[in-house]
Amino acid sequence: MDTILHSIWPIVRDGLPNTVLLTLGLLGLGLALGFPIAFAQVYGYRPLRWACKGYEQFFRGVPALVLILLLHSGLARSFHILLPTFASGLIALGLRSSAYQSQIFRGAIQAVHPGQMIAARSIGMSKWQAIRHIVLPQAFRLSIPPWTNEYSSVLKDTSLVSAIGVVEMMKKTMLLMPTVQYREGAKWILMLLIVAALVYLLLTYAGNMGLGLLERRVRLPGFEMTGKVER
Amino acid sequence: MTGESTNDIVLRAQDIHKTYGDLEVLRGVSCELARGETKVVIGPSGTGKSTLLRCINQLTIPDSGRVWLGDTEITCKDCDINAVRAQIGFVFQDFNLFTHLTALQNVRIGPMRVKKMDRPTATRLAVEELERVGLGDKAGAYPAELSGGQKQRVSIARALAMFPQLILFDEPTSALDPELIGEVLEVMISLAKEGMTMLCVTHEMGFARTVADEIIFMEGGIILEQGAPDRLFSNAREPRTREFLNKITELYGE
Amino acid sequence: MGFFEFAADILPRLLAATGVTLEITAGSMTLGLIIGVLLALGRVYGARPVRWVTNVYIQFFRGTPLLVQLLIVYYGLSPYFRMAGLRLSPLVAAIAALGLNSAAYQAEYLRGAIQAVRSGQMMAARAVGMSRVQAIRHVILPQAFRLVIPSWSNELIYSIKYSSLAYFISLSELTFVGKKVALNTARTFEAYLVVAAIYLVIVVIVSRLLTMLENRIRIPGLGVSRAHR
Repeated sequence: MDTILHSIWPIVRDGLPNTVLLTLGLLGLGLALGFPIAFAQVYGYRPLRWACKGYEQFFRGVPALVLILLLHSGLARSFHILLPTFASGLIALGLRSSAYQSQIFRGAIQAVHPGQMIAARSIGMSKWQAIRHIVLPQAFRLSIPPWTNEYSSVLKDTSLVSAIGVVEMMKKTMLLMPTVQYREGAKWILMLLIVAALVYLLLTYAGNMGLGLLERRVRLPGFEMTGKVER
Repeated sequence: MTGESTNDIVLRAQDIHKTYGDLEVLRGVSCELARGETKVVIGPSGTGKSTLLRCINQLTIPDSGRVWLGDTEITCKDCDINAVRAQIGFVFQDFNLFTHLTALQNVRIGPMRVKKMDRPTATRLAVEELERVGLGDKAGAYPAELSGGQKQRVSIARALAMFPQLILFDEPTSALDPELIGEVLEVMISLAKEGMTMLCVTHEMGFARTVADEIIFMEGGIILEQGAPDRLFSNAREPRTREFLNKITELYGE
Repeated sequence: MGFFEFAADILPRLLAATGVTLEITAGSMTLGLIIGVLLALGRVYGARPVRWVTNVYIQFFRGTPLLVQLLIVYYGLSPYFRMAGLRLSPLVAAIAALGLNSAAYQAEYLRGAIQAVRSGQMMAARAVGMSRVQAIRHVILPQAFRLVIPSWSNELIYSIKYSSLAYFISLSELTFVGKKVALNTARTFEAYLVVAAIYLVIVVIVSRLLTMLENRIRIPGLGVSRAHR
């Protein structure tokens, strides 16, 4: 039991930084790529829309783990491009997140009532003005709940980069398992893993609360997730 | 409600055709509006009345036909349709207020973004227009906090803030509960009396009789008959017109 | 050797492993369905303690990484199994962990679907004389199951992809074998591309099949809403 308690600190000390960095980096990369892709899918020309759809389909169909391995050992052995493990994980999962985030933003943009665009055009706004001043502000609010979901997804996926050796929380936990087994016996591995799980749980709650605050800050009276106006 | 025909024709629509799929909704409709005139379009559902309005400000592109705003044709290929729309007000059946903006911001955004007015001037203008429709105290309210009648009045204020040459009303009271219709009609009547040029699709015969210079009866995608309200109500030429007017008065009262 | 010839070369080994992947998926989805339905019913209709327990379960399995859950089952629980004289195989562990995880998500989707069935339906059922259980069984659940199909389809796709986590416990599913094959050759990148392609093909086929199924059993007027994982 002692070792378990002593393990909490190392997990946090050695693993948490990378977990948090990865999570933020993935969300950021996903956002930076995902939003333009969503935009292109809603407002772009057909071939562009097709390309975006293909991008989305690829990243929704291939497991995150395969992407990580592909990018890291695939590039390294086939093309002699050896990326640092952190970078490989970041790029692989970041691209993946961008595909999911593009879906979120696309859904949000399309959920804005078409009447809003029509009304904007009817007072003489150009399409771009309407998008910028009327559609996007509403789409932004609509995308917060699903984006909170994505945060949770991304946080959990960071555990997969342990496969290529990045020392984040999962890898650290795995590294500690033999020690626990030696010191306390195999039966205590369960406890260690549950502790690790709880740290993730805490991070999930912290993030959800933060995003919940954001949602409340930008909330509009009566403006629910459906984006429909009450009569 | 000036009733005078001047040579100042604000709107002219000529031979508008529009087909949706198999259905030809507008089969060659023409009409004209002089400055200060108020005309009301009536007819059974689905006869293309709303489509006509939308074809006028090009929210729907007609298949053929031409429209002039004053001396300028607006149905040409290279026309700056945004500039045109800034001069034509449009009031929707579903209000379509911008849900993320307060009443004030809703009215102000057109002048600010389209006409590039500066914020203080636009704000003053917006407050004025809101007060004109009786909602000066609701400037800070969001659409979800307003009743249907209030929403529609904000919607009218939003159109007015652009100083349009004419306003198109697309069944402005059809989505409202009966008690709320009155406040909207009041605003519309006072606008008409002030000399605004208006083209309204509506069932409200009381309104038509009070301020309309002409009633246009549409059925099956064409104009069956048009004329001054008094004449139409007492002495319509076409049997269908008479039939329809009777039914309408029965249902909606005078 | 061109790419396609290379792919054809390594395909046999990979396809054999794909069988294991599909086994894991089938097993975990079934387990997830059974437990998920129970959890959902508990969440919606249960007494307070029941609702609390199911909520804790769902929060835990949705809030922690699947990898941790898998390791908990395989490394954490196996000492206890050994005590009982049983052996926990990686395949069973994978199905169990994925199944328990999937159950949490399926429960949430089903709960949403149950709550989306209008309250008037329950009232009408009771008014006709049905007991609560009968109403749930004959009126609510049939509608809820139809509503939940899009989300369930989504979950199935996820299961196919997350079966890859069995890599971490050395189970010979597609990703694990794929890695072996990939490291066996200098054309590692292409090998992994083939692996990715196989997953893609499976996912696309399954999606199409599910869409066809959805259309087959659609009832006019019974709205369908999409939930996201």
